[in-house]
Amino acid sequence: MTVVVGDRKRQRWVEVAREFWQARSGRIGVIILAFFVILAIAAPLVAGTDYINPVKARAAGLPQWGTPAEVGPLGTDHFRRSVWDQFVYGSRISLLVGLAASFLTILIGSAVGIVSGFVGGKLDSALMRITEWFLVIPFLPLAIVLAAVLGRSLLNMIFVIGITSWPSTARLVRSQVLTLKQRTFVDRSRSLGGSGLHVVRQHILPNVSGLILANTTLAVPISILTETTLSFLGLGNPQTASWGKTLEEAFVNGAIARNAWWYYLPAGVGIVLVVLAFTLIGQTLEQIVDPRLKDRR
Amino acid sequence: MNARFTIGKIGGALVTLAFVLIFNFFLFRVVQTDPVSTLFRGRNIPQERLDQLRAEFGLDKPLGGQFIDYLEETAQLNLGLSYQSRQPVWEEIKAKIPATLALVGISSVLSAVIGTALGVAAAWRRGTKTDYGITTSTMLFYSMPDFWLGMLLLVGGAIATGLFPVGGMVDAGSSRAGIGRLLDQAHHMALPALTLTLAYLGEYAIVARSSLLETMKEDYLIVARAKGLRDIKVRNRHAIPNALLPVVTLSAINLGFVLSGAIAVETVFSWPGLGKATSDAIRGPDLPMLQGLFLLFSAAVILFNLIADLVYGRLDPRVRT
Repeated sequence: MTVVVGDRKRQRWVEVAREFWQARSGRIGVIILAFFVILAIAAPLVAGTDYINPVKARAAGLPQWGTPAEVGPLGTDHFRRSVWDQFVYGSRISLLVGLAASFLTILIGSAVGIVSGFVGGKLDSALMRITEWFLVIPFLPLAIVLAAVLGRSLLNMIFVIGITSWPSTARLVRSQVLTLKQRTFVDRSRSLGGSGLHVVRQHILPNVSGLILANTTLAVPISILTETTLSFLGLGNPQTASWGKTLEEAFVNGAIARNAWWYYLPAGVGIVLVVLAFTLIGQTLEQIVDPRLKDRR
Repeated sequence: MNARFTIGKIGGALVTLAFVLIFNFFLFRVVQTDPVSTLFRGRNIPQERLDQLRAEFGLDKPLGGQFIDYLEETAQLNLGLSYQSRQPVWEEIKAKIPATLALVGISSVLSAVIGTALGVAAAWRRGTKTDYGITTSTMLFYSMPDFWLGMLLLVGGAIATGLFPVGGMVDAGSSRAGIGRLLDQAHHMALPALTLTLAYLGEYAIVARSSLLETMKEDYLIVARAKGLRDIKVRNRHAIPNALLPVVTLSAINLGFVLSGAIAVETVFSWPGLGKATSDAIRGPDLPMLQGLFLLFSAAVILFNLIADLVYGRLDPRVRT
């Protein structure tokens, strides 16, 4: 019996994967993302950390504001640091913060949404009141004051983005749980004596997991763009420089006035491509999970 | 109009505002037991100066007393002194509101109008090259950090070509008045306004497109066609008015962000508004200024949400329940 159920589940995921690959936007998204994930993992093979250090870069005789034609892949910045090395290692930080913050967002959002929708009553209205409050408060200013007060670190950045962006997920998951609660298989499980926890684990979670997955993928672009903006405003940690931090340093140190394109272009292009990749993947997943959306795109 | 509905909405907005005040107070005073030492960590500041700053914040008083003080002062718009300018925070903020209001206001209107038009054009020609082009390009702008788009336009429109000024609101040392001054300001506003318009219009295009596609499935459009109406009339008289409601909702939501919507872009173009003030306050760091700005940004969103709710109640009786 369990084997059959397991087979059916696996089959369903194989079907989702096949449908996903057949959609052109999903395919493009996965290819772009795969490129950057490989770049981030293989960073030590294609770049080095030595020339990110201004002292070592100076000792190696690299020039200030060296153009790509003069000093290799992407030139150097005002501190003589190699822009290519910063770009490759920056991809690690941007992806890490984007994924970790989205994970936190979805974790809080799903937990609040499931508890609120499933338990209902006073707890539901209290949780929804908090959710509404978070939805009303302007998101970026809230993230700015939190980040400014907590201090500049990688973990704080992840925390700040996660804690400010969960409410829309909570609402979405809650409404899904509310409709699932009306379904007969939930009634059946309860009348057979299934506890609340059992019903959530066996019947609610499997049915919202697709929605949660699609939502996670769509949360990543927002997390990455928020990290970028916060870093640009000077709230990023200089020790772990993300693409956003690179853009800030380029701007503050006059890369625009000199038109040092090799400094301000790569990080921006990287952000746009990664954001685009996650958006394409998320939209494709969303369409598969919720076929009603297909007509709108 | 239903009085209970109105009072309920106003009450809800006041509760949210109270939450903001409590949050604002506790964030800066309790989460970090000593904001002064956090903000100046790693800087060489003498102990007497730190003690003086703590006294200025009222940090030497008990918490309850501090909160009462805070409420009283906030009600009188006394938000403390800015560290950087040594001027009252509210005076500093007040002086910067018009610049942001003008920039973000104009960009919001432009992005709503152009974005909606693009979305409608894409939906009506669904699946064609026009649709594909509009969808792809709006998505591209949507994926860009707005300040990076601003940097690109700054290079293209000012640094490389010299067509527009690189920043600020008026030419340095200019003493023009009247029309001349207005033209000068418009010249300075062009690039930041273009940046914000491009950054925002994607959202409108996406919403307008999907809403119109939804409406196009409705039976009354088939009826309108069956009556023999021409395509353009079906579109303009029957489809678009019904598809615009989500766009109106989106513009109402975005109105709340008219003060806080251009924080990073203002920084790129040194536009002397609230956004530039925010990034200066972060770099200061200028705690009272940051706190005041957050309060104003939140209050603006709450106020505009309230107005939108009340207007909806008038427009659509179903909401008033």
